[in-house]
Amino acid sequence: MSFTLEDLKTVSNLARLDLSDEELAQMVGNLNKVLESFRGLQQLDLSGIEITAHSVDTHSVWREDEPRNGLSRAEALSAAPASHAGLFLVPRIIE
Amino acid sequence: MGFVVSVGMEVHAELLTKTKMFCGCPNAFGGEVNTRVCPVCLGLPGSLPVINRAAVRHVLATALALNCSIARRSLFHRKNYFYPDLPKGYQISQYEETNPIGYHGHLELPTGKRIGIKRVHLEEDTGKLLHLPDGRSGIDYNRAGVPLMEIVTDFPPDIHSSEEAKQYLQYLRLTLIYLGVCDGKMEQGSLRCEPNISIAEEGSKSLGVKTELKNLGSFKAVALGIQHEAERMEAAVAKGETLRQETRGWDEKAERSYPMRVKEFESDYRYFPDPDLPPMKFEDAFIEEVRNSLPELPTARHRRYTSSFGLSDYDAELLIAEPAWAEFFDACVNKGGEPKAVCNWMNGDFAKMLNESGTVVSESRITPDHLADLVALVSSGQISGKMAKEVFETSFATGQMPRDIAQKQGLSQLSDKEAIRKIVIAVLNENADSAQKYRSGKTGVLGFLVGKVIQQSSGRANPQLVNELLIEELKR
Repeated sequence: MSFTLEDLKTVSNLARLDLSDEELAQMVGNLNKVLESFRGLQQLDLSGIEITAHSVDTHSVWREDEPRNGLSRAEALSAAPASHAGLFLVPRIIE
Repeated sequence: MGFVVSVGMEVHAELLTKTKMFCGCPNAFGGEVNTRVCPVCLGLPGSLPVINRAAVRHVLATALALNCSIARRSLFHRKNYFYPDLPKGYQISQYEETNPIGYHGHLELPTGKRIGIKRVHLEEDTGKLLHLPDGRSGIDYNRAGVPLMEIVTDFPPDIHSSEEAKQYLQYLRLTLIYLGVCDGKMEQGSLRCEPNISIAEEGSKSLGVKTELKNLGSFKAVALGIQHEAERMEAAVAKGETLRQETRGWDEKAERSYPMRVKEFESDYRYFPDPDLPPMKFEDAFIEEVRNSLPELPTARHRRYTSSFGLSDYDAELLIAEPAWAEFFDACVNKGGEPKAVCNWMNGDFAKMLNESGTVVSESRITPDHLADLVALVSSGQISGKMAKEVFETSFATGQMPRDIAQKQGLSQLSDKEAIRKIVIAVLNENADSAQKYRSGKTGVLGFLVGKVIQQSSGRANPQLVNELLIEELKR
C-alpha cells in the first residue's frame, strides 16, 4: 500500500504545514521512497526482541516535590509575539 | 421500544502536590496569571521535564485503591496536537492498554455494584484560555503542567443511568479525597468529568454512537446532563434521525446541551514514547509500601457503619461525606459513644450548628471527648434528651465538657426515686380530679400528670421514672 496524496494532505494538515501543490507532489514521491526503505526493515524477524523506546538504559528518574523558582511574568512574556494584561495573546479561538 | 443507556466516564483529577508534574513551579489555584511558569511548562527550547515522584505515588495509590493491575514498566507518551493551551505542541500522557500505571480495576459501590475501570494514568494539565472582550484570546499557563490523573471506566460500560453515573462519581471523588490525592473541588475544576453517552435498543448487542459531554461543573450538572442527553438521543431516533458521534457542551443555565467541535480521530494524536522521559519501573517493595499506606476507603467505611453499627444507608452516607467527619464519628465510638446516638447528634444538631456558624469540624470546640461524654450522660439517664440539647449548645459555644456544664447548671437529671415520688404525691393531691379520671379508666390523662411532675421538678425529673412512679401511686 503506498502513501497517497490524500494521506499527505492529512498529515501536513496535522503538522500545520502549508504546502503548495508542487511541494505536495514532490513530497509524496519522496515519502514513498522513505517508506519503501522501512519496508525493508520490516522484513526482519524481531520476535522476542523488546521494543526500545529509549536508547539509554535508565529508569525511574524522579524529582522530589520541592518548589523551585521559575520565570517572572515579565521574563515569561518577553518572548511572546503579543501579550495583554499578563496573558499570552493568541488568535481568536472559537469552540 | 425501550432503550438502554450506556455511560462511560472519563474523570480528570488534578493531583495535590506542591509542584507541577515535570517542573518545580508551584501547583496552586488562583493568583495572578502567568506567575507560576518556567521554561519547562512553557515549552521553551532546550528545557527538559523531570517526573514528580509525589504525583506518581498518588496515581499508584489511586490505582491500588481501585483494584487495578499495576504496570511494572510504564512509559510517558506524547499526544500531539496544535492548540495554544499547551505550548509544546503535545501533551505528555500515557497511552496503550497495559502501559498506564494502573489498568483493569474496579470501583465497588456500597450497593455491591462494581464499575469496571479501564485505566488510571498520569498526564499534565493544560493552560487556561481566556476570551477577551475584544474577541482575542489570552492564555494563562499557571495550570499548564499541573499533574493530572485520568480515570476511565471500562468498555462496554457498566453504568446504565444518570443516577448510577452520579453515584460512581460521588464514590470516586470520595475515594480520591480519602487518599489525599485530589481535593475534589468540581467548581474549581480540580475534578472534571466527561461522560460519553450512547443509547441502544433493549436487547441489542451493539452500542449506539456516543456523545461526549463537556463543561459539567457539578454533580447536578453531571446527572442532569446525562439524563438530558439520553432523552435527546431517544427523541432523535424516534423521529428517524441518524445520530452522529460528537462532542457537546452543557449549558448549565439553560439546562441543555449544544454541539461543540467534531472529535479528532485518535490516530490523529500520533502518540509515541516521549524520548525525554525514561521509563518508570515499579518494584514490589514500593507497590507494597504504597498498598499498606492506603486508608480505609469510603465504600468499606459505608459497609462498616451499616453492617456493624446498624446505621441506615442515608446516615452512613452523611458520615462518610468528609474524612474528618467520619474520623470524628469513629473517635467518638472508640471512646465508648453508642454509635447510633453519636450518629444522630452528628447528623442532627452538630451538623446544623457547624453549618449555621460556618465552622468546619476540625475547628469546632466540640471534640470526640465532648460528644462521647454527652452521649454517655444521656444513655445513663443522668440528663434528659431535652437537657442534652441545651448542654450541647453551651458546650459548642464554650468548649466546656458536657459533664461540667450539667453539674454547674444543676441540669443533671433527677433520678432519685424517693425525691421524684414526693413530687408525684404532691401533684396527685393538687390534681385529684385527674387522678380520679385515670382510676376510672381514662388513662389518657397520664401524659398531663407526667408533664406536671416534670414541670414541678424544673424539668429535671427522669420522665421514665416519673411515668413508673405515677402509675404506682395511682394504683395504690
